[in-house]
Amino acid sequence: MSPSDLHDRPALLEAHALAFARNDEPIFGPLDFSLHAGEVVLIEGDNGAGKSTLLRVLSGLLAPTSGEIRLNGEPLTLARLSPQVALLSHQSGLKPELTALENLRFSAGLHGVRKGISPATALAGVGLEGYADVPTRQLSAGQKKRVALARVLLAPVGLWLLDEPYANLDLDGIKLVNRLLENHANRGGGALITSHGAYAYTSGTPRRIPLRPSEQSRSGFSHDALGVSSASNGIAAEAAPTGTGAEAEAEAEAGAGAGTGTGTATATATASPSATGTSAP
Amino acid sequence: MKPGSTSAACAALIRRDLTLVWRRRGDALNPILFALIVVSLFPLALGPEPDNLRRIAAGVVFVALLLAGLLALDTLFRSDYEDGSLEQLVLSPHPLSLLLACKIAVHWLTTALPLILIAPLLGELLHIAEPVRWVLPAALLLATPLLSLLGAVCVALTVGMHRSGMLVALLVLPLYVPVLIFGAGACNAAQAGLPFLAPLLWLGAALVLALVLAPFACAAALRISLS
Repeated sequence: MSPSDLHDRPALLEAHALAFARNDEPIFGPLDFSLHAGEVVLIEGDNGAGKSTLLRVLSGLLAPTSGEIRLNGEPLTLARLSPQVALLSHQSGLKPELTALENLRFSAGLHGVRKGISPATALAGVGLEGYADVPTRQLSAGQKKRVALARVLLAPVGLWLLDEPYANLDLDGIKLVNRLLENHANRGGGALITSHGAYAYTSGTPRRIPLRPSEQSRSGFSHDALGVSSASNGIAAEAAPTGTGAEAEAEAEAGAGAGTGTGTATATATASPSATGTSAP
Repeated sequence: MKPGSTSAACAALIRRDLTLVWRRRGDALNPILFALIVVSLFPLALGPEPDNLRRIAAGVVFVALLLAGLLALDTLFRSDYEDGSLEQLVLSPHPLSLLLACKIAVHWLTTALPLILIAPLLGELLHIAEPVRWVLPAALLLATPLLSLLGAVCVALTVGMHRSGMLVALLVLPLYVPVLIFGAGACNAAQAGLPFLAPLLWLGAALVLALVLAPFACAAALRISLS
């Protein structure tokens, strides 16, 4: 699919003047953005900026205070939650008493299964081949995250809403998330991912939606400031400003440690702020 | 990319909840032990005269089972809420009310049905009268699903709060009282040799109404709790 094809269809997700307030205290917005098929968009903001709340609003779990959400051109209402969305939230949605495979089987029954994949292959796809029969309570936080990612991978949906998909994951896990996101984008899906500044998406330049608490939005909070804070957060942040398709995939594979590919900047806690700064639009 | 069928989703949910009950089967015994303890304390407190105990037998068993059910009610959505699977349930493409009806049915099967099965034994502990022996389980069969459905709505409303146990009890008891009055009323009528069918039919009518309406109320309440 060429990009022009993708943009002819209605956007996977559109938000118009979307705002949310809890007890009259504004959490975020008003926001205007759209997400087309084949796109990965990064929502960034500090802790408490409302990233998770935004994802919950977009998934339909929370009703927006004002504004409108359209999924594939149709308005989203609470009464008709869209079957086209998979949400990965902070709570994994996994039962500690059940094994990884049992959890995925349940999810497959509840949400359906994407063509060409089964709970077992999804589990293998997130690098947990030998863990099918291990109760989820015995898995580490990162492994639980992988099972939750397998659940998202399994669901036959176009739009992924991933809240901090990189949290708790090792370098392999970060590469895995990038690979999953890229494959999903290549088959015409879209994804919104949140990150508190430090971001690890390596394939192409994702569009970014900066999200800030309402007070700060008036005091000129710049992207560069975010870049600096991410570099000093001590979280490995990788950025690959350019690169598409297979080329970017190869970079994603090689990117994490080496950081040698043209235009691939690997920023760690000690890297200069400019390394992450280059990735800012 | 098509979501699976609704019946497959219900089957998956029922299978998962039954598996969970089996994995936590120690917890499932709690309501039974509670009811057994409460009922066996009455003869100790009131003295062992069969005539005394016979008079209160049906009422005591009814109250003990109602309270035991209240004890188990909190587990209905609690763990699902805490681990986020309730979110996934709400986000599934299938009618939430139907999925919740399945959950409530499994909950009733695994908490209330064992209580009904031991009710005759509890009755014997209190020298239950001959005619009541069969009316009591019949009344419980109609009353306990009604209690589960009413309780589920209240639990759904409070699941987002911490330590909501007392609040649930306060919300639920006014709804439980009519059920208790009709259920125990049928038993008392049978004991007095009066017709007992009318209160049972009232319970049945209320159960049908709750079966239709409670899952919808429960779904709406859960959506409020999650927001």
